Amino acid sequence: MTKPLKQIHLAAHFPGVNNTTVWSDPRAGSHIEFSSFAHLARTAERAKFDFFFLAEGLRLREQRGRIYDLDVVGRPDTFTVLAALAAVTDHLGLAGTINSTFNEPYEVARQFATLDHLSGGRAAWNVVTSWDAFTGENFRRGGFLPQEARYERARTFLRTACELFDSWHGDEIAADKQAGVFLADPRPGRFSHHDAHFDISGQFDVPRSPQGRPVIFQAGDSDEGREFAASSADAIFSRHGTLADGQAFYADVKGRLARYGRTPDQLLILPAATFVLADTDAEAADLAHDVRLQQVSGATAIAFLEQLWNRDLSGYDPDGPLPEIDPDVGEHTIARGRASVRMHRDPLATARDWRAKAAAENLSIRELIVAVTGRQSFIGSASTVAADIDKLVQADASDGFILVPHITPGGLDEFADKVVPLLQERGVFRTEYEGSTLRANLGLEPLPGKAVPVQSGFSRAAS
Amino acid sequence: MHLSVALDGAGWHPAAWREPRARPADLLTAGYWTDLVTEAERGLLDFVTFEDGLSLQSSRFGEPDQRTDQVRGRLDAVLIAARVAPLTRHVGLIPTAVVTHTEPFHISKAIATLDYVSEGRAGLRVKVSRTPHEAAHFGRRTFPPLSLADRGTPAAAQELADAFDEAADYVQVVRQLWDSWEDDAEIRDGATGRFIDIGKLHYIDFSGRWFSVKGPSITPRPPQGQPVVAALAHASVPYQLVARSADIGFVTPHDSAHARQIVSEIRGAQQHAGRADEPLHVFGDLVVFLGTDAAAARRRKERLDDLAGAVYTSDALVFTGTAAELADLLLAWQQAGLAGFRLRPGAIPDDLEAITRDLVPELQRRGAFRRAYEAPDLRALLGLSRPANRYATLAEDPA
Ligand SMILES: Cc1cc2nc3c(=O)[nH]c(=O)nc-3n(C[C@H](O)[C@H](O)[C@H](O)COP(=O)(O)O)c2cc1C
Repeated sequence: MTKPLKQIHLAAHFPGVNNTTVWSDPRAGSHIEFSSFAHLARTAERAKFDFFFLAEGLRLREQRGRIYDLDVVGRPDTFTVLAALAAVTDHLGLAGTINSTFNEPYEVARQFATLDHLSGGRAAWNVVTSWDAFTGENFRRGGFLPQEARYERARTFLRTACELFDSWHGDEIAADKQAGVFLADPRPGRFSHHDAHFDISGQFDVPRSPQGRPVIFQAGDSDEGREFAASSADAIFSRHGTLADGQAFYADVKGRLARYGRTPDQLLILPAATFVLADTDAEAADLAHDVRLQQVSGATAIAFLEQLWNRDLSGYDPDGPLPEIDPDVGEHTIARGRASVRMHRDPLATARDWRAKAAAENLSIRELIVAVTGRQSFIGSASTVAADIDKLVQADASDGFILVPHITPGGLDEFADKVVPLLQERGVFRTEYEGSTLRANLGLEPLPGKAVPVQSGFSRAAS
Repeated sequence: MHLSVALDGAGWHPAAWREPRARPADLLTAGYWTDLVTEAERGLLDFVTFEDGLSLQSSRFGEPDQRTDQVRGRLDAVLIAARVAPLTRHVGLIPTAVVTHTEPFHISKAIATLDYVSEGRAGLRVKVSRTPHEAAHFGRRTFPPLSLADRGTPAAAQELADAFDEAADYVQVVRQLWDSWEDDAEIRDGATGRFIDIGKLHYIDFSGRWFSVKGPSITPRPPQGQPVVAALAHASVPYQLVARSADIGFVTPHDSAHARQIVSEIRGAQQHAGRADEPLHVFGDLVVFLGTDAAAARRRKERLDDLAGAVYTSDALVFTGTAAELADLLLAWQQAGLAGFRLRPGAIPDDLEAITRDLVPELQRRGAFRRAYEAPDLRALLGLSRPANRYATLAEDPA
């Protein structure tokens, strides 16, 4: 018996403030003007993508005590730009990364509920936990949260926000002019939540939104992060985009669902993916190499090396050999505000591997960094790329991909024009949006809404 | 004369949602707000403001009510403004934000982004919150119950002074963050591989009684440099906030002598704050019920009062009459030193359309109002120049 074909989910990630984004290309446009956001969102909607995705970082990154200036720097406020994009799109989901440490549930819940209303049910929230004191310096509470408490706060933040979303059931507004009854319930939106992180009560002021609540994404990679996703998220934004790695992650996370009484179709796995397209596979391979060189300048190569070595290596020649000295394994001080630094879990071992590779292949620092960091996920002609994407999804390495173009804002145009029609021909990607909400387009069950009786439900305040 | 409208739900009268043309079932939709702002733009208004708060609307002072006969529930004002921005081209967009429970870092980048998505039409109206129930929605601070009877006691006076001092700090941080990137910080220098010139990004290193903020912003300096900051003020302490921090103060005079007195108090406070040379507009707020004749306007308001079960009163003067009578009043108050007005439509769309379709042509006939949008951004519409960046040269005051 053959398995039915899985339908692929695709999203467009606005190019980020990291070296994937090639700002030096002559075609590279503004990273802050609204026209760039509108261009990418419209391309994504033209291609029938599920959603548009925005990352967030609340402090400019630093390296060697200075603001890091080699990548794109600067981005808009997530909610504000997504609300504006709702005006220039009709079907596209609008996913925003919003931190659970330097925000409060009441405000975030009213922002997401508002975005969901103003987009007709297209809002999604990527719940991230960046907690560091460095970022905290921009906020009232400073670096108040220890690292080990980040997911406890995220869990209870999300639970609290959901209590706020659910505090209105959807049948409170009568708006009956004749009878003079606006509200069917004199005290709508009651909530009361008391735990170690949040001690709040009252009435929520945004009535129930079209989706009930935003679609929930999670992007942490630790065991705790995966558990959080298994218990509470609708989708995961992961880094595991290759076949073997993707399959392992997919099996791991989907395997955690049963414990929470959930089924595998209730959590989508969507890794980040980059792509390089050309007329032939050979041309694409050449182009991919050129793009890698653009992404890793000599200065960027040194900066990457410093992030592993945790030392000032500004005196080294990027076209020369790797440093003889070992990484400093003490407290990480060289780069701040960069989540990826913690990916180097054993810097000494990684440095040993890098040295061995550089020696074996006679690589300079820059060549080594090009080789060990971020090769593009999909490289080839449109038909090769379509086939590769389909293969990974059908093999349960993912349920689709969040595509990160390397050129702003036109970097998705060619994919939309050439690859998407091939996926549609294969019968694995929609030709029309299935529903009006993001939940519907992601194939997620609608949330129970109106029918909940006023007296019951886990979130109702006692009073 | 500058003219703006204050948008709030179905209009400012609590029974406005029951008017035949009201759309009470649409208040949470993008289409509703787009229609209102488009109408304001058709009337060439300088800007619209969006009311907001961090709790349900209430008819009671400082606490929730349990009324079912008035509009309850609303959307975040900054996001409404952003949602209508791409669909309009000229009219300024000034959402309300509560400063007491929010982060200046978040609001600064939100308004900067509103300025980007509207291509230079953003403003921010700051508002303080001292009610125990709004504080309980956040659980980070507590305030004693407010009662009208306590007003004027030393404790209440201290509370009020603190609230507005915090608001002044908040605006200071928001403004410093807007300036924390110089306009030409993005260099895209291929030769050195540098995207920005870090010499043109600035830590603000603000440290005050209520919060410290390091900076710089994550969002580059907005198109207007400094979006327009406004506040509503009814008494000396809030007048001082206007004088210290704002580009526009909304005030509520009862007649032109009162208007003159308020303007003079604000000018004095402005001098005291060392801002005598900076432009600061004082706008008069009025609630308006307009009709083709005075009796019709009055009847309409009385009908709404009957539906509401009480005579509608307001902090601002409640005007009922014709567009021509309103034009007379506005011109007289303008003589008292008001640069413009923020009209609160009693009912939407009736009074909004009466403003854009009757009052505006009336003022145009009298040569008192623009016949076309004449300026590229909100500051320019208001006659405010684009301010130099406070961090751009050492010669300038770094504060
Ligand atoms: C693909 C991916 C994208 C992420 N994007 C962001 C982001 O935009 N902003 C952010 O603050 N954290 C981001 N993170 C960080 C995580 O969401 C998470 O909060 C952090 O890594 C700590 O959790 P962990 O230890 O489980 O990884 C991202 C992580 C991954 C894997």
